[in-house]
Amino acid sequence: MGGWAIAVHGGAGVDPNLPPHRQEEAKKLLTRCLNLGISALRSNDSAIDVVELVVRELETDPLFNSGRGSALAANGTVEMEASIMDGNGRRCGAVSGLTTVKNPVSLARLVMDKSPHSYLAFSGAEDFARQQGLELVENEYFITEENVGMLKLAKEANTIVFDYRIPAVGSETCGAVAESPLQMNGLPISVYAPETVGCVVVDNQGRCAAATSTGGLMNKMNGRIGDSPLIGAGTYACNLCGVSCTGEGEAIIRGTLAREVAAVMEYKGLGLQEAVDFVIKERLDEGFAGLIAVSNKGDVACGFNTTGMFRGCATEDGYMEVNIWE
Amino acid sequence: MGWAIALHGGAGDIPLSLAAERRQPREAALRHCLKVGVNALKAQKSPLDVVELVVRELENNPHYNAGRGSVLTREGTIEMEASIMDGNTKRCGAVSGLTTVVNPISLARLVMEKTPHIYLAFDGAERFAREQGIETVDSSHFITQENIERLKQAKEANRVQIDYTQPIQKDEKKETPTANGDSQIGTVGCVAVDSHGNLASATSTGGLVNKMVGRIGDTPIIGAGTYANNLCAVSATGKGEAIMRGTVARDVAALMEFKGLSLKEAAAYVVEECVPRGNVGLVAVSAKGEVTMAYNTTGMFRACATEDGYSEIAIWPSVQN
Repeated sequence: MGGWAIAVHGGAGVDPNLPPHRQEEAKKLLTRCLNLGISALRSNDSAIDVVELVVRELETDPLFNSGRGSALAANGTVEMEASIMDGNGRRCGAVSGLTTVKNPVSLARLVMDKSPHSYLAFSGAEDFARQQGLELVENEYFITEENVGMLKLAKEANTIVFDYRIPAVGSETCGAVAESPLQMNGLPISVYAPETVGCVVVDNQGRCAAATSTGGLMNKMNGRIGDSPLIGAGTYACNLCGVSCTGEGEAIIRGTLAREVAAVMEYKGLGLQEAVDFVIKERLDEGFAGLIAVSNKGDVACGFNTTGMFRGCATEDGYMEVNIWE
Repeated sequence: MGWAIALHGGAGDIPLSLAAERRQPREAALRHCLKVGVNALKAQKSPLDVVELVVRELENNPHYNAGRGSVLTREGTIEMEASIMDGNTKRCGAVSGLTTVVNPISLARLVMEKTPHIYLAFDGAERFAREQGIETVDSSHFITQENIERLKQAKEANRVQIDYTQPIQKDEKKETPTANGDSQIGTVGCVAVDSHGNLASATSTGGLVNKMVGRIGDTPIIGAGTYANNLCAVSATGKGEAIMRGTVARDVAALMEFKGLSLKEAAAYVVEECVPRGNVGLVAVSAKGEVTMAYNTTGMFRACATEDGYSEIAIWPSVQN
């Protein structure tokens, strides 16, 4: 093939009862972000610049779980994390525990470009952001009313494990509900709403890049780090491909999911879609997740074993698709 | 088959001229920790218990960069991190930014076993430690005079130190112009397999001398510094950034799985082909009871033993010991 390709996601694991207007909202956002990326690619921007640009847009929009609109930690505050990787040279940057940085992915990029390290977290990361003159805001900026409501439900779900919006699949007992595919990380899907965001790009020079950003798990313990900032788990890029994952953090970390796609391409010679399919089928055990990926050849692919994944992709030859369900 | 164990105390540009008073206590520690691990395996302890036990010993030893003896951040403070992984279940636990926890590796284990999460850091991790009643002490407990010296030297040289075992010389040739010194030298780790093929890996560190506050290295990153599945268990050490980018620990296992390489071949491949020279070392064991210790640095503090009676304690390539 050849040529540029781009994919974006807004999370794997979608409430099948998501109201149509919410679905439309999501598709509009994904479309807008794709178009932003496509424009940049047509202007010959590099893959690493494009993934940052697109993820910034996703962070700024309150719809998904990143930047503004992030899920809330147990104490009601927002703690954000992100990572970015440049396949050309495999440089990477990651951040965790951010509370005032408006665009976490941009701080991750600065860690990669302007610090001697690859991963900064919590107060050290915030200090670095300040030094770098990055835009900072109050933590309240990130908190939406909807998520305040979600946190309440999540706390209740931890004791009751019941959500009236979900059809009564397998009774009200904890065990049976745990069997339901409409649960993720022990919470009803409508409450859990993973919605981590990400973007992968291969530019017209065949360079791949990937970036992922999130507020993390609703009602998480403060200080909890998920897969999104972990290179090899939530994000990975090398000269062959760029990958961004979303879903149950534990499953993604144990499965080193993003690296896995690249490893089977590299060590088993699989093509992009084959690699993605293999990883989703064989590497998730009982976990639920999804991912998007591009290859240096201009291919784009996605895979998920969840009920839906907010995603969009486009290639230079004019192909474009935005979707939620299978 | 049979059990096997390997442990390390860091890979780096350890000069052959390392003074006896710096070398001997470290060798003695390796010998002691190996014995602790071997005895535990002989007593049928699970590999998960064994690697935690051995790493605790290394953390308690002030001569290694983990727990007590951890190197200092640029503020002169302690920030420790660790991770542990069980090969059978691929369950894992990781911690970062610890300042008072006596044994970071044990907190990592508690994260794995007592929370729905994998990775806890900084204040949240410290709070969890208190909830769990794990042993904590004032941060000053971890600070050694040697490390205060090291930090002073690093600041004077105004650089992030790559090899903490040596005082910084102004004309250090090995230093790269871009101080991308995300080094993990002196990290400690242990991998073990029992006679049933159960595998586990654990790694722990104080990080990098003069590191920025909040800096996280490869050690708590599953797939980078630590990995275990049903084929092998790996613990890496060296330049954190290189290990992270190279997903070192995961790649050893991936090469065995996807390319059919043996443990030794896979480890050698990763160390020779996937990471620039002078940047990495690792120890690994396989489900079959094999052990390998590979590095592309001048040396690596290491020790290993297998059930059939083989054992080795070394710093440099065997021919020079």
